[in-house]
Amino acid sequence: MRAYLPAYELVVTRTLEDALALLRDEPGAWRPLAGGTDLMVLLEAGRLEHRKFFSVRQLAELRGIEESDGHVTIGALTTYTEVQRSRVLAREFPMLVRAAGETGGVAIQNRGTLGGNIANASPAADSPPALLAYGAEVELVSSRGSRWVAYADFHTGYKQTLMQPDELIARVRLPRPREGARHFYRKVGTRRAQAISKVCFAGLAELDGGVVREVRIALGSVAPVVLRCRRTEALLRGRRLDAESAGAALEEIAKEIAPIDDVRSTARYRARVARNLLAEFLAPPF
Amino acid sequence: MSDQNIGKPVPRKEGRAKVTGAARYVDDLAVPGMLYGVTVRSHVARGRISEIIFGDRIPWDEFTVVTARDIPGANAVALILNDQPYLADRIVNHAEEPILLLAHEDKYLLEEARRAVRVEIEPLPAVFSIEDSLAKKEIVWGEDNVFKSFLVEKGNVDEVWDSPGLVVVEGVYATGAQEQLYIETNGVIATASREEGVVVQGSMQCPYYVHKALVKLFDLPEDKVRVIQTETGGGFGGKEEYPSMIAGHAALLAWKSGRPVKMIYDRAEDMTATTKRHPSRTRHRTAVTRAGQLLGMEIDFVIDGGAYATLSAVVLSRGTIHAAGPYNCPNVRIRSRAVATNAPPHGAFRGFGAPQSIFALERHLDKVAAAVGLAPEELRRRNFISRGETTATGQVIREEVDMGALLDRAFELSDYHAKRERFSRENVGNKIKRGIGFASFMHGAGFTGSGEKYLQSVVGCEATAEGRVRVLAASTEIGQGTNTIFAQIAADALGLDYERVEVVRPDTASVPNSGPTVASRTCMIVGKLVESAALQLKQTLAGAGLLQEPYTAEEFERACREYIEKNGALKSFSQYRQPEGVEWDDEHYRGDAYGAYAWAVYVAEVSVDTLTYEARVEDFVAVQEVGRVIHPVLAAGQIEGGVAQGVGWTLYESVVWAGGRMANGQMTNYIIPTSADIPPIRVHFFENPYAGGPAGAKGIGELPMDGPAPAILNAVEHATGVRFDSVPLTPEAIMEALEGEAVKA
Ligand SMILES: Cc1cc2nc3c(=O)[nH]c(=O)nc-3n(C[C@H](O)[C@H](O)[C@H](O)COP(=O)(O)OP(=O)(O)OC[C@H]3O[C@@H](n4cnc5c(N)ncnc54)[C@H](O)[C@@H]3O)c2cc1C
Repeated sequence: MRAYLPAYELVVTRTLEDALALLRDEPGAWRPLAGGTDLMVLLEAGRLEHRKFFSVRQLAELRGIEESDGHVTIGALTTYTEVQRSRVLAREFPMLVRAAGETGGVAIQNRGTLGGNIANASPAADSPPALLAYGAEVELVSSRGSRWVAYADFHTGYKQTLMQPDELIARVRLPRPREGARHFYRKVGTRRAQAISKVCFAGLAELDGGVVREVRIALGSVAPVVLRCRRTEALLRGRRLDAESAGAALEEIAKEIAPIDDVRSTARYRARVARNLLAEFLAPPF
Repeated sequence: MSDQNIGKPVPRKEGRAKVTGAARYVDDLAVPGMLYGVTVRSHVARGRISEIIFGDRIPWDEFTVVTARDIPGANAVALILNDQPYLADRIVNHAEEPILLLAHEDKYLLEEARRAVRVEIEPLPAVFSIEDSLAKKEIVWGEDNVFKSFLVEKGNVDEVWDSPGLVVVEGVYATGAQEQLYIETNGVIATASREEGVVVQGSMQCPYYVHKALVKLFDLPEDKVRVIQTETGGGFGGKEEYPSMIAGHAALLAWKSGRPVKMIYDRAEDMTATTKRHPSRTRHRTAVTRAGQLLGMEIDFVIDGGAYATLSAVVLSRGTIHAAGPYNCPNVRIRSRAVATNAPPHGAFRGFGAPQSIFALERHLDKVAAAVGLAPEELRRRNFISRGETTATGQVIREEVDMGALLDRAFELSDYHAKRERFSRENVGNKIKRGIGFASFMHGAGFTGSGEKYLQSVVGCEATAEGRVRVLAASTEIGQGTNTIFAQIAADALGLDYERVEVVRPDTASVPNSGPTVASRTCMIVGKLVESAALQLKQTLAGAGLLQEPYTAEEFERACREYIEKNGALKSFSQYRQPEGVEWDDEHYRGDAYGAYAWAVYVAEVSVDTLTYEARVEDFVAVQEVGRVIHPVLAAGQIEGGVAQGVGWTLYESVVWAGGRMANGQMTNYIIPTSADIPPIRVHFFENPYAGGPAGAKGIGELPMDGPAPAILNAVEHATGVRFDSVPLTPEAIMEALEGEAVKA
């Protein structure tokens, strides 16, 4: 343990209201602790700069998976294990379930939460590409009220989000995809469990008679944020999916992503694998 | 001698305590008044220390601070050349080199204090690669950067190259560093004072190495230093020499503070600062006839020893002797060197140099086979060594060896031929390419050459008045099963139940020096001493007229009681003596390098995904002849664990260096395979009892580390058609080779 433990504070609030009041009264002073699977790693390494935390784990308001006509709504405290156990998610959002199943190992899946994964804002996180491809929206709550934002706008820069210091992530809402859509998710992390992605790809496509009606493509670990590839999508939308349009998309995505060399991999590898995965996503048979 | 226990899967001696959590590791222990200790290390690979600044806001007067000037004896870790200081004095030679020690009772404050010390170092030019060290880009050790070199000569290789009709094949092969990654990190607790002497307990493989080092560090008589092994969570060589360092540090802090001191490394410190497997580079030049007979092998083997000599000379020795493999080649020259760089010293790691040189050879032989148009197995079959033939050092193989039979069995179990043919056919047009490959090799057990003769290991056996038997040895249980097999061996030698035998905890105050727990020697060499010490116990009782074969446990108990009543104690000691006819010439590196070898053929089946360039091992067959198998479950466990570690070294584990520092010193970014990445490992033993080992056993601990890397890379070549000659073989490297220029950055 490289942290100076006596310098840290952790409080437990009884209700969501109390938690939001804490955030309101001392803006920026308190931060949420959910499963702790990101925060505890920093603490152990002596790199957790923020010192004051409040637990959100006990807040029932942030739990649960609910279905409505057009959407499925997932509480921020939903764990990866809960994601994998949900029938509606397995049926309609297989990429999110797959992401959950490939996150960490069993212990992490039991403890880590979707809200924590989003708020932690790592460009290498594994659920965000699936959420982006599903066109997710995020509900932010504060003592001022609640607002829904498009998840595609949420990450504004490396480790930066549009969340205000007095806000919490409450829920995530996913529009239900059309039946027969293609869902293609692939996490590339060299080993099969406990891996940080070198590249993570999620793609959703809905076709009408060979023509792309809707397509959403998202990638992790190829840019400072998990990236929704809007230009590549725009190029495909409304076009017939064939060798020509796929080739154009491959060229476009190479320009849209900005991978780097780091201790985990190389920019060249990431670019090439991103391209291969897009090619696989767009390959026949549709 | 009975056969009640050997060959049976008796329960592990310490198994229950480990599984229930009752086993106490050093970090579970506390001593009244104990302080915690930490190390301040260099952040620079090579340089001159100009100033040490103690930052503000820390109550320094509460701290014990130790520098090189506080050392009562010699500031060098006693090993081979004694060139590595305990604490750097003016010069640092590698990043993470210890400079200063701190102790305090509040371990959190201690951590703050460690961060508050700033060491100013003027950098000096450093060397980070084997090539730069050999080219003497900078002299960083001695006169020429060379810690040690060996030359092995058999026949006259210079005369073969020009013979008509020969094919000459060359190749260069490289391997990377590897972290041992035992589950329990390094840790000790020390007490020390001039009056009481020094007592250290902790996680270690070799209590007497630590003992020797502490005697020199404190300049104390031997009986004033005591070293006790605590329950140890793995070693793999990583706790062979390094515990002498951390034990010395904790003891220095204890000496100065007058309080017991506990030092436990966290994972990051253990990964970045302690030893790793030596990186290597091997050049091969081979002359072979068109019919596939090896005529000449010229091998140049170099390992990167890091900044200090430590154990590199002996690692080099084993790597050198194994470099020409289990083949009968009339002309061989092996030239080898261990060179200095400014990396933290590389050290012992399962296999000890042999995996590196065997990797090169077994990759190279596939290339040689292709050059003469033979299948890889056919080339090897034509050259396998057999009884009466000689190894590269001129050792005549006296035991029965049938490498061909091992190969047959391994191919049968893996369905090698059918898969080789099917994969070649089906790979065309498939995105997932499959391949199968193998390696054949041997591994010598025990210390090299005259090593065992110099060690003169001793084992004791003691019986109590209750007829219980205690084995006294310094060989450590580090998870591999020492205590279980020693008890099996002693129990069978005495014809007693396994439960009657206990193996005492290694403590230099009460066990004789049976040598270090390394070099696949514990079962074969020390186990043999256990066997003879136990037999002597029986002879003592028989000689006193108290016991006659056959006897029951009750009769044995009565005999012990009567003997002890009359003589006070019943103990026997057995000392190693080199078997007749074993000759070794240290100067010319010729003769009987090892008492016995284990022989093996390993087959790996792989898949390579051409979308992600990830190679996976899908199936693995490990066939070996290891003499007699003492404990089938533990033996298979050794093979499986070694193969898993080999898979890691080959496809996953990449130490990323940045300016001589490990940049990925966390388990997040230093990728070892998980259970989900390890294929089924099918282990098959051939048993051919060896007269020099207990009940016929040879050593097996290191063997399984040798085969996976070349077998896997041979399989990857089959899958992809591309030759890869270095490990780790990462997806990035596969991508670069498969896509070449086609890749846009
Ligand atoms: C061994 C290991 C393996 C891992 N493997 C993976 C992996 O494969 N893929 C992957 O993506 N991640 C992985 N992670 C990272 C981590 O598990 C996930 O990011 C997880 O989802 C974090 O959730 P948590 O609840 O534990 O977050 P915490 O650690 O509690 O919090 C993380 C951050 O989110 C903030 N936060 C938490 N909840 C909220 C909220 N409701 N509103 C606003 N802010 C909030 C916290 O303040 C903090 O800044 C791994 C971690 C470990 C230790």
